[in-house]
Amino acid sequence: MDLSCLFRPSSMAVIGVSTSHDSHPANVIYNKNHLRYPVQTFAVNPKGGRLNREPLYRSVADIEIAVDLAVIAVRSRFVPDVVAQCIAKGIKGAVIISGGFAESGRKDLQNQVADMAARADFPFVGPNCLGIYSPDAVDTFFLPGERIIHPKKGNIGFVSQSGGVLVDQMVKFAGEGIGVSAAVSIGNKACLRETHLIDWFEQDLGTRVIAFYIEGFDCREGREFIQKAQTCSKPIVVLKAGKTAKGIAAASSHTASMAGDYRVFSQVMQQHCVAEADTEYELTSFCEALSCYPKGIFGNVGIVSVSGGHGVVAADACGHHGLHIPKIAAATADTIRARLSPEIQQIATLDNPLDLTGSCVDADILTSVRHLSRDRNLDCILALLLPYSPGISADIGAKLSQVARNEGKPLIAYVPKEDKYKIITEGFELNRIPVASSVEGAVLMAKALKRCRPW
Amino acid sequence: MVTPRMQQIIADAQPIGWVLEPFAKELLAHGKLTIPKGILTDSLDTARKFLAAAKHPVVIKAVSADIVHKTELQAVVTGIQDPEILASQMQRLLALKGCRQVLVEEMIFGIEILVGAKNDVQFGPVVVLGPGGTGVELYNDTAIRLAPVTPADVYSMVDSLGAKPVFEGFRGRPGVNMEELTRLVVTFSHLLMDLEPYFSSIDLNPVICTPDRCVVADARIMLLP
Repeated sequence: MDLSCLFRPSSMAVIGVSTSHDSHPANVIYNKNHLRYPVQTFAVNPKGGRLNREPLYRSVADIEIAVDLAVIAVRSRFVPDVVAQCIAKGIKGAVIISGGFAESGRKDLQNQVADMAARADFPFVGPNCLGIYSPDAVDTFFLPGERIIHPKKGNIGFVSQSGGVLVDQMVKFAGEGIGVSAAVSIGNKACLRETHLIDWFEQDLGTRVIAFYIEGFDCREGREFIQKAQTCSKPIVVLKAGKTAKGIAAASSHTASMAGDYRVFSQVMQQHCVAEADTEYELTSFCEALSCYPKGIFGNVGIVSVSGGHGVVAADACGHHGLHIPKIAAATADTIRARLSPEIQQIATLDNPLDLTGSCVDADILTSVRHLSRDRNLDCILALLLPYSPGISADIGAKLSQVARNEGKPLIAYVPKEDKYKIITEGFELNRIPVASSVEGAVLMAKALKRCRPW
Repeated sequence: MVTPRMQQIIADAQPIGWVLEPFAKELLAHGKLTIPKGILTDSLDTARKFLAAAKHPVVIKAVSADIVHKTELQAVVTGIQDPEILASQMQRLLALKGCRQVLVEEMIFGIEILVGAKNDVQFGPVVVLGPGGTGVELYNDTAIRLAPVTPADVYSMVDSLGAKPVFEGFRGRPGVNMEELTRLVVTFSHLLMDLEPYFSSIDLNPVICTPDRCVVADARIMLLP
């Protein structure tokens, strides 16, 4: 199914624009796309007339040019007629924002729309959703641009059963500097569902990781999801809600969604290499790590630190998250020690976790990461960089990235999140080495890679 | 493949909603799982002959549509070697509610394992593996996988259990024959796919594993309404 009409439309009609309420969802959507996105936007209202000196079309049929996308924000009882008009006009797909369908007991109305669309091969997102945010292309969220925090354009495709969680997660992505290729709120998913979006994001060159917020699946839908996930070439991350009995009750009254037995969900996801994040925070870490390293690891972590304490904290967190801190080979330790600067040669601790002490310089860190990367006992390296030490330069991020790229073993960095260290962070991130803003975050990134074995 | 005999067993059990142990075992045997040698009888004479022919102790179990969980009613008697005890216990079981026949089986000694299945609404058939016995709900030490499973899945299931050392051989006791357990779980998981339209959940508890085989010692198949 070609969904480019939804994610990269050249033209769109917003149906249901109000002549009297500026904050009507359709007006918000019309305004933001008309004013700020590279998409030709038409406002539709049966009354006709003008809105902000632009024409209001009585029907999509009156729009002079071909339209790719319809955004429908009219009362639910009018939706079937509007969809029929869109199909007649030859519009390629729709986002149905309107609520008042399965979630409030009108499954019949929803089925009527879904059947009509299926017959006409007319894909739509929703109903009862926010729709699609596709950076630099289109934004159907009915939230005013000045109120919402948009993550930059990036490589995470995010799909959510809840619009609210989606918006909130976008704030978290933006805070961590993670960008999205697109974010989709699928609402009641009467037509397009998770499995279709796996297909779309898999072929989308701008997407490296596909992330989902899931409350529950319909009957046997979980199996279809897994079958699709299993053959998908890109890492998939899920955040599940409805884990407890109370959570389940909330889920069933939410998006008419059925939350099932959580243990089944969790273990089946794990069986099929889908990384399940426990929290929103983990989701962010997982996305960042997997966008850099799609391949799996066994979870044997080597830790380099310039502070013994940080090494211990990281080792504890690794243990907590099921990662191993194996002994490094004696030859590795000997090789590293022989190449350390004289100031730390005698005082550095070269057991895993390695403590290079606060007297180390860039070259010591590069040497350690290079030779740990060559140690067969390890399949992932954490570098805990505390730029307070005088011997660490602003170039450490870029330099260490080159070592990691050369050696080919996943490297994850921790750098405190401070404006003055941004040059270090960017030195890593621009070379696609993930950076966490806490020790725990770095460990969670390593945990993400353990979603599957290396082959 | 669901054979005509399996169909028949399921159809016969439909009115009570679950398949009684002897028939559940017959169905599983059709599906190429190993079940103990045994007979279903109401005759003390037949039971005595079975005991005499068996080289090992026997176990007797009440078979009743009114007894879903046997432990609570002491409806299972293990380790019977003495014909007198066989007679008195058989009499007691036959007096239990709805019990017209008794299952007399060879007794198997080994590690007790739970192999279960659930027909999950979202995912369809899933296989459950864990240490077996009457306390399984207490510890909930189980691994769950989407059916059908591969041999690698079975190894990863055992690997994820708290009771993994028991499977590997604990404190001088022999462990489970992993090849046999793998064969059983993989075969069972394929059978589940065939039975998908019929079952809601299945308990094989316990499956008893000796160093050379894994035998389904008790079985309960709950049907979809």
